[in-house]
Parts: sequence; C-alpha cells; structure tokens
Amino acid sequence: MTPDRPAWRHRLAERGIDRQLLLLLPALLAVLLLFIYPFGYGLGLSFQPDHGGVLGAYRDFFTDAYQRDTIGTTLRLSLPAALLNVMASVPIAYRMRGRFRGKRTLTIVLVVPITLGTVLTAEGLLNFLGPTGWFNRTLMAAGLTDTPLRLTNNYWGVFLSLVITGFPFAFLLILSYLSGIDPTLERAAATLGAGWWPRFHRITLPLLAPGLATTFCLTFVLAFSVFPSAVLVGDPAGATRVISIAAYHAAYETYDYPLASAIAVVMGAVELAVVAAVLGLRSLFYTGSTGGKG
Amino acid sequence: MTAISVARPRTRRRLAASPGAWLVWGAVTFFFVMLAGVIGSVVVSSFGSHWFDTWLPQGWTTQWYRQAWQEFTLFDVLVVTVEVSLLVVGISVLVGVPASYVLARRSFPGRRLLYLLFLLPILMPPITYGIPLATVLYKYGFAGNMSGVVMANLVPSVPFVILTMTPFIEQVDPAIERAARMCGARTWQVFLRILAPLLIPGILAASILVLVRTVGMFELTFLTAGPDSQTLVVALYYTMSAAGIRAQQSIDAMAVVYTSMMLILLVVALRFVNPTQLVARVKEEPE
Repeated sequence: MTPDRPAWRHRLAERGIDRQLLLLLPALLAVLLLFIYPFGYGLGLSFQPDHGGVLGAYRDFFTDAYQRDTIGTTLRLSLPAALLNVMASVPIAYRMRGRFRGKRTLTIVLVVPITLGTVLTAEGLLNFLGPTGWFNRTLMAAGLTDTPLRLTNNYWGVFLSLVITGFPFAFLLILSYLSGIDPTLERAAATLGAGWWPRFHRITLPLLAPGLATTFCLTFVLAFSVFPSAVLVGDPAGATRVISIAAYHAAYETYDYPLASAIAVVMGAVELAVVAAVLGLRSLFYTGSTGGKG
Repeated sequence: MTAISVARPRTRRRLAASPGAWLVWGAVTFFFVMLAGVIGSVVVSSFGSHWFDTWLPQGWTTQWYRQAWQEFTLFDVLVVTVEVSLLVVGISVLVGVPASYVLARRSFPGRRLLYLLFLLPILMPPITYGIPLATVLYKYGFAGNMSGVVMANLVPSVPFVILTMTPFIEQVDPAIERAARMCGARTWQVFLRILAPLLIPGILAASILVLVRTVGMFELTFLTAGPDSQTLVVALYYTMSAAGIRAQQSIDAMAVVYTSMMLILLVVALRFVNPTQLVARVKEEPE
C-alpha cells in the first residue's frame, strides 16, 4: 500500500464513471451497424431507382394500384385483428386478475400459440378449417350448414391466424398490466358504494389506458408484419396481398432493390404513423403511477 | 384437458354465474377448442396413413417421421437451428447485459434517445429492416451462410435482452456494489463476482426468451439464409409453399417436431419466467 494508492484509485473510480459508459458500446455498435446503417442504406437505395428520378421508386409504388392497395389490405387485416385481440383480452383478463386455482396452467396453455409461430398455425388452420377439416365437419354434422364454409385461402384464414397468435400475447400483457393496478383502489370505490361498472369504467379503465395503448401497438406491429400466414392460409395474389409480400416480391423475385427498399420505407412509415397516433391518443389520458408497480 | 382447466375456476365462484361470466368463459373455451383443433389436426395427420374425407385417418403409422428425417435432412436442419440460436443467445447476452446495466443504473445525457434507439428494432416489423439488412449483408458476403443469419437475428435480440434485463438489474441493491467497490473491487470484478451471480435468474430468463424468439423467428432468417443455413421454421415454410411435391403428412410430421421443440423450450422457460409479471412486478395478495 503506497501512500499515493488511494488517490490513484480515486482517480480511477472517477474515470471509471466515464469508462462504465463504454459498456454501452457493443450494444450501440450492434444496433448502429445492423439496424441504423442498413436502414439508411435502404433509404438511400430507395431514392436511386433505375428510372424516374429521385422519387421514381415511390412513384412506381403509389401509381400502381396493385402495389398501392397493399397498404389498405394490410391495414384492413391488422387493425381489426389487433383491435379484437385487445378488446377480447380486457374482459377476460379483468375476470382473471385475482388468484385462483389453475391460473398457472391457464397461462401456460395461453402461451402455447405464441411459440407455435405463424407457419405452424397456418398448417394447422389449413388442416382444421379446410373443406374436409374437423370444423366444417362439426358444422355439417350439427346441421348448421350444408356446404363447407370457405375459411382458408382467403381473408378469414389470415385473420384467424392473426387472432390465434396475437390474442394470447395481448392477453398476457393486459393481464400483467391489470395485476399491476393496486386492487385496494377498487375496494375503496366498492366501500363508497360504486357498482362494478362505475368501478371498472371510472377507476380500472383510466389506469389501464396506457397499458392498453402499449398492448395495442405491440399487437398491431405483430399483425402488421404478417407474412408467412398471408402466403400460406391467405390468397397471396389477391385478397391478402399484404405489403410485406409486395416488398418481398420486389426484392427477391424481380430483384428491384430500390422499389423493395421504397416499399419497406413506406411500410415502416405507415406502421409508425399508426403507433404514433395511438400513443398520441394515450397521452390525452391519465399518465402516472398505477399504484401497484414496485 | 383444456376444458377442465377452464371449468375449474368457475366452480370456485358462485354457482349461478352472471351472464358476463358465462360469456367470458365461453369465449375462452371457444378459443381453446379452436387451438386444440388446430394443433390436434396437425398431430393426428402426421400419424395417419391416409386421411381424406373422414373424421379420423384410416390407419396409423410413423412412416412420415422417418420420411421427414431422411428427405428433409431434418437432422442437419435441427443442428443449424441449435447452432444459430445458441450463437444468438450467447452474443446478445454478452452485448446486452452490460448495456442494460448502464441504462438501468446511470443517468447521462442522451439516455432517453439511446433507449428509443434500442426500442426501435422491437417496434418495427422485421420485414421493413430485414430487406435492407439482407441487401447490405449480401453486399459484404455475409448473407447466405450462418454468420448472416446470426447477425440478422441479433438486431431484435440485443434490444430484447436489454429490456428484459432492466427490471432484474433494478432489483439488485446498489449498496452491495458500493460495498464491493469499497473493498477494492474493479468494475470487471464487480461484474463477475457480485452482479453475475445475482443476475443469473434474469440472464436465464432473457436467454430463454431470446432462444424461443430466435427459433420461432421467420422473417429475418428467411431473408438471410442460404440453402445450408435454414432453421427449422424456414425449412418448414419452404416445404409448405412447395406443396404438392411433398406429402401433406410429411410436412405435418415436421411441424410436430417443430412444435415439440418449442414446447420443451417453453416449459423450461416458464420455470424461470412468470409471464404475467413481464410488465409490472405484481404484489401477490395474501388472500
């Protein structure tokens, strides 16, 4: 122990504060090199098409109705699916937020579809909902319909696949947000004579609103990027030609990278616009502690 | 099995449940029936010899599994899947945990901006950045082999580790680290001897979640993989979209292998993570 050791160590500790920030560097590099740089590269590429000047690729996309309509197709699929997933999750999670036997089993069963992934869900839906599948068989055996319902290779197949993969995700998030709300708040309201609807509407719902917005955004992102199921259970040339299919076609089948990048940029912009709109709406509501977060 | 687990809680409530309760449980039951149908029909089909216009297949066989094993080179695909996932998990934990530590503990100018930067890859659909990323990776010769697949999968995984680790790091009392520093530990010693053992549950949780995500990640792997670097889910997609060439049951057998793999991962994951506590730490009520 030399006398100047503490000073050296002290200086090191003070420098260590600066050095500690270096721990961020690998993650920052990874995101910059693998996310920001390619994104910028794609953005640059989208402004350098073979023809039509700087905005040629975007003009190609927006003037071709076959391409332009993919935005509408994607939104028509993903917005209702995300909305249904969130809307259905709220009452179910509200009823299940307490403790009861079998809750763990229930959550495990609910996580299963998340891990199935869209490809397996598509395969299952083709088998189950197909013209000779169990679902149509049951309907026909019960006499509800004479001809098999056409539920695959169209809009409904993709929609159902989005619900099956998206609902458990939305449910778990909302259940988690609901469990984070202090239950004593509601009990206080009950003591003051509030029925279940005022309790839910005036206390739980405002506290849940930020969580609802986040859940909607995450579910929407999942649904918006639908790709495998739109090809496999959908009608990839017509009713479910979503924007990711258009981007994939441009990149890997016509090898028009500027157009593909332009479509990817449009896709990101539309998605971020919806997310920003939802988060903007959310900021109009109460923001603050929900009482239960530790 | 699912119907029982649904029905059980109801019996603990009042027997004459309100219409709302019936509606909610009805919806849940319907969802589970659909889910069981979707999974069950794949499993049944994979064991059936012929299955056309009937309720159940005419005979039972395991030949589709043999065929999937031989024709799809399932073993090689599984090896690639395991290698890619382990590499992605290892790298993203090594890169993500230190960054998460700094973001959770320190405040410095630009912290919010950095948070947003790490949040973006999770918020964007994989296809939007996957296509430019694949273009760049092809340009530098990384795509088409395993390094490209691993690099592409790191994009959502590193931010995911950072976000998952934050609550775990916040739980560690900073006083312990200060005490270690008072006793003369360097930063790396604090990390290896103090933080790492305390963070093991969090690191395990994050690794398993990243593992599940990587095994299930379709878009990024699909865009960057070459013929020798396909993971199971991409191989499954290719065999499905080339339908007609392969027997349907053979694809189903492959899908069942994929599902069982995911289920094993899931059961392991749920030993470490409580899915209802992903967002908020829940105060468990003693009731």
